[in-house]
Amino acid sequence: MGKSPTLEFDSKWDLSPAPESTDHINLKKRYDLFIGGKWVKPESNKYFKTINPATEKVLAEVAEGNEKDIDKAVKAARRAYKEVWSKMAPGERGKYIYRIARLIQERAREFAVIESMDGGKAIRESRDVDIPLAAGHFFYYAGWTDKLQYAFPNRKAEPLGVAGQIIPWNFPLLMAAWKIAPALATGNTVVIKSAETTPLTLLKLAEVIEASGLPPGVVNIVSGAGATGAAIVNHPDIDKIAFTGSTGVGKIIQRAVVGTHKKTTLELGGKAANIIFEDAPLDQAVEGIINGIYFNQGHVCCAGSRLFIQESVNDIVLRKLKDRMKSLIVGDPLDKNTDIGAINSKEQLGTINKYIKVGNDEGATMYQNSCPLPKKGFWCRPTLFTDVSQSSRIVQEEIFGPVLAVQTFRTADEVIAKANNSPYGLSAGVWTDKGSKIFNLTSQMKAGIVWANTYNKFDPTSPFGGYKESGFGREGGLHGLKPYLKF
Amino acid sequence: MDRVEILKTYKIYIGGAFPRTESGRYYTPVNGTKQLGNICLSSRKDFRNSVVAARKACGKWAGKSAANRSQIMYRIAEILEGRKTQFIAELELQGNSKAKAEKEVLASIDRFIYYAGWCDKFSQVFSSVNPVASSHFNFTSPEPMGVISVCAPEGSGLLGLVNAIAPVLAGGNTCVVLASESMPLCAITFAEVLNASDVPGGTVNILTGKRSELLEHMASHMDVNGFSYSGTDKEEIKKVKECAVENLKRVSVFDGNNLLSADNHSPYFIDEFVEMKTTWHPIEKIAGAGSGY
Amino acid sequence: MGKLNELPDFRLTPRVDQVGVGDRIARIQSRSVKKASKLQGLKMILNMIDLTTLEGADTFGKVQQLCNKARFLHISNPDLPTVAAVCVYPNFVAQAKKELLTTKIKVAAVATAFPAGQSSMDVKITDTKLAVDGGADEVDMVISRGRFHQGEYNYVIDEIAAVKEACGKARLKVILETGELGSLDKVRRASDIALYAGADFIKTSTGKINPAATLPVTCVMLEAIRDYFYETGTMVGMKPAGGISNSKLALQYLMLVKETLGDAWLSNKWFRYGASSLANDVLMQIEKQKTGIYQSKDYFSKD
Repeated sequence: MGKSPTLEFDSKWDLSPAPESTDHINLKKRYDLFIGGKWVKPESNKYFKTINPATEKVLAEVAEGNEKDIDKAVKAARRAYKEVWSKMAPGERGKYIYRIARLIQERAREFAVIESMDGGKAIRESRDVDIPLAAGHFFYYAGWTDKLQYAFPNRKAEPLGVAGQIIPWNFPLLMAAWKIAPALATGNTVVIKSAETTPLTLLKLAEVIEASGLPPGVVNIVSGAGATGAAIVNHPDIDKIAFTGSTGVGKIIQRAVVGTHKKTTLELGGKAANIIFEDAPLDQAVEGIINGIYFNQGHVCCAGSRLFIQESVNDIVLRKLKDRMKSLIVGDPLDKNTDIGAINSKEQLGTINKYIKVGNDEGATMYQNSCPLPKKGFWCRPTLFTDVSQSSRIVQEEIFGPVLAVQTFRTADEVIAKANNSPYGLSAGVWTDKGSKIFNLTSQMKAGIVWANTYNKFDPTSPFGGYKESGFGREGGLHGLKPYLKF
Repeated sequence: MDRVEILKTYKIYIGGAFPRTESGRYYTPVNGTKQLGNICLSSRKDFRNSVVAARKACGKWAGKSAANRSQIMYRIAEILEGRKTQFIAELELQGNSKAKAEKEVLASIDRFIYYAGWCDKFSQVFSSVNPVASSHFNFTSPEPMGVISVCAPEGSGLLGLVNAIAPVLAGGNTCVVLASESMPLCAITFAEVLNASDVPGGTVNILTGKRSELLEHMASHMDVNGFSYSGTDKEEIKKVKECAVENLKRVSVFDGNNLLSADNHSPYFIDEFVEMKTTWHPIEKIAGAGSGY
Repeated sequence: MGKLNELPDFRLTPRVDQVGVGDRIARIQSRSVKKASKLQGLKMILNMIDLTTLEGADTFGKVQQLCNKARFLHISNPDLPTVAAVCVYPNFVAQAKKELLTTKIKVAAVATAFPAGQSSMDVKITDTKLAVDGGADEVDMVISRGRFHQGEYNYVIDEIAAVKEACGKARLKVILETGELGSLDKVRRASDIALYAGADFIKTSTGKINPAATLPVTCVMLEAIRDYFYETGTMVGMKPAGGISNSKLALQYLMLVKETLGDAWLSNKWFRYGASSLANDVLMQIEKQKTGIYQSKDYFSKD
């Protein structure tokens, strides 16, 4: 018996840098708040910096909104709702939303570059996924404005009024689209706050909104941190709160609205099970695993972070997974060949590294590829842990990074129970070539999105949202209209 | 000296190109005493060629994603918007007042946008997951019918045409359209708009000519799947329905009036031109009953 | 080390999800190969080309021109490598061998009732011998697609093994004719059959039908080679043929090899392109890399 065969993926043919050009983008040195159709200085006159997590260089200064700014914004939204937006013919409202979609398409490359610079996301993803989907959401919802009477049988749908929306840092522009498009399409007006580390694309969207001629006050854009978000949640004249972020903060918000008239939808964390059966198309399943946990640096609420491999194919799947990991490139988000960009912030990198240490301390076996890492910036190699179990912390808790926990299973009963054994319920993945098994699994997963023989697929027509502590309410599709309406 | 104008030639639109009628014939619709042009008097062979083109285009149009079809239809509206003065002038030429012409053109643009927006929503409203008693995943969803013969309303130069075509397209079908006999100009100019958009050649084919010559062929052709008739002539309707029997063409009759009213645009017009397919697949029941479909 | 005595049940070959393969290919296609890495890639590609003429109208004159092209392709640019081989019908092998005597360029011949392969075993072996006796370094055979679709996998594998034996020292490339197989599952099955039968290369197409080589079928075949390598320790080469007429596409194929099989396969011992017009496009791109100027076909000899 000789040495077992190995494949080398070293450096016989390395890729030269392929940087996306950035000289065509327009970034101001400082951004104010966008309220009532105008750029308005923050009441506190305070600004904070946003950096590029790949280089740690400052990109711009953005305004720190406080309660007074939020009050202004809500007043502007309420006036626009009462005097203009609720009185406009639905088809005409739709045309404004179509304009926004078109403008995003026209400025797509600039949006993609700024998204990558501000958040650390690989340009391939911002260019090929985030921005096209964002435009797609506006396109899709634009068409609903004058068709609501067909969406809800026997019900007359009416807008709620003013929606307060808080979005996260992992898909900044896309989350803005997921929030703004359905709100506007159903006749509401909006006050929306970007995440602290990724304010720029929402501010560029404000420029698009200006160019679209959307009546002032229909969309108001503010930047700020946790306190700014709290000001939105607590403002008495908001009818609806939509939040995407951590489960912890989601619970705070839910508690805060008790006793008020405010409706909420929450899209929170997850710890999805990605399940590979022995009769799965294994090479494609491996690609799905990679897609599920390593892209967008694992900063995905629906990431397939718990891998379950049917024991009979454990060795072969792990071998294929590790081989595939060897060709993943961690690097400059603006390099067109980068697969895994920068971790969004120092804090998040700290969290991820903490969990990696926990995994090692818990006795799990770690594997990482050996790709080179840039010197400045926040980076994490794609990582996987074997020899873990349901009770391991790295299996239970959401890490929000490129870290995969791998377990084996023997039967369908076992894996269904384990997959559902979590307070989360956002998503799940099932890989098998057998149709009846697919439907067995998908019908029993306690998750709002189940991917069969694929993973991390999104579409404006497809509703997204969780069970249990992953939140409630749906975004996308016909079901995504309901959270913004009353009947 | 006054500049000499280039006069427009109105040809027909088949397979993404602008041929003349193979019969070489023409007719001259008039507005009062003014002749509107030498308009192609299309023959049954033109119709036959159009069906071939429409059938070929079926896979291309239906093969696009719904979102893509929506974008293409939206773009048709964009181009129409950019050329609205030309259409208004043509409607005036054909006897409409300026105010009426403007209203009609703007409504045509908005009507196209309306149906563009249905492309990727229609199936959400009209499909179902059916909770059958056996252990099967069962769903019903619409599919395009195929090639549709469309007879545009006689009394409208543009809106009637657009209103007849848009729901057929939104459903994923291709079509062969006979324009209004007395007001055919905008139909051909609209063909130019289609040609400039990304709609694949053959998806919409537009013929000009006489109903009395073409209706029978449009209704009897064995490779046409549906018929959209706009009008109130009882004899015509009878003829269409009789001719359609041989291959059980689905015939939809619209009166072609009140085009501007809200009742005249709805997803139910798309529903007229789709087939419903129901699919079953077993669900293995392992690990207890759990939630079903 | 190997388990060459145990043939797997080919009815149970691994499943392939076509949409999933599409996702993998989309990732490959978005790779951006620039500057030094592009030049390096283009040179590798040039060195991997099997310059091909397989026409009913081929003559000794045509083959002579092909061989000249192979010999002089790189003359104006001395640090360019030569192509890997020329590929001709068996009756031209001897002539090609003579023309290319002073070079390291190999002579490959198609055989076994190419392209349809619809003939008896005897005829196919005789055809192979014609090529081998003429001095062919490599033989490109076609599998019996008819028998394959009939489910007679034993026949298919036996036929390949018999041709391999008739090849002697010549290396055997097995053409699956993926465009006739109907699905990626079947491409995988045919690949496994060829691998276990002893192929030195598995090749996508004859180039005589559409579709010829595509990135998805190449991906499936490379993955089959990978699994076979891990199972037996044996390396097998891969050759996509037909439909690769520009450098950008050729670089995507090379990227697929790099990310699926790694460094060891990035040489013309283990990867080839079956192409005719690709060579000129590669030369044009190399020139563009060096000068920064977009090129015209007028400046590159059309043989």
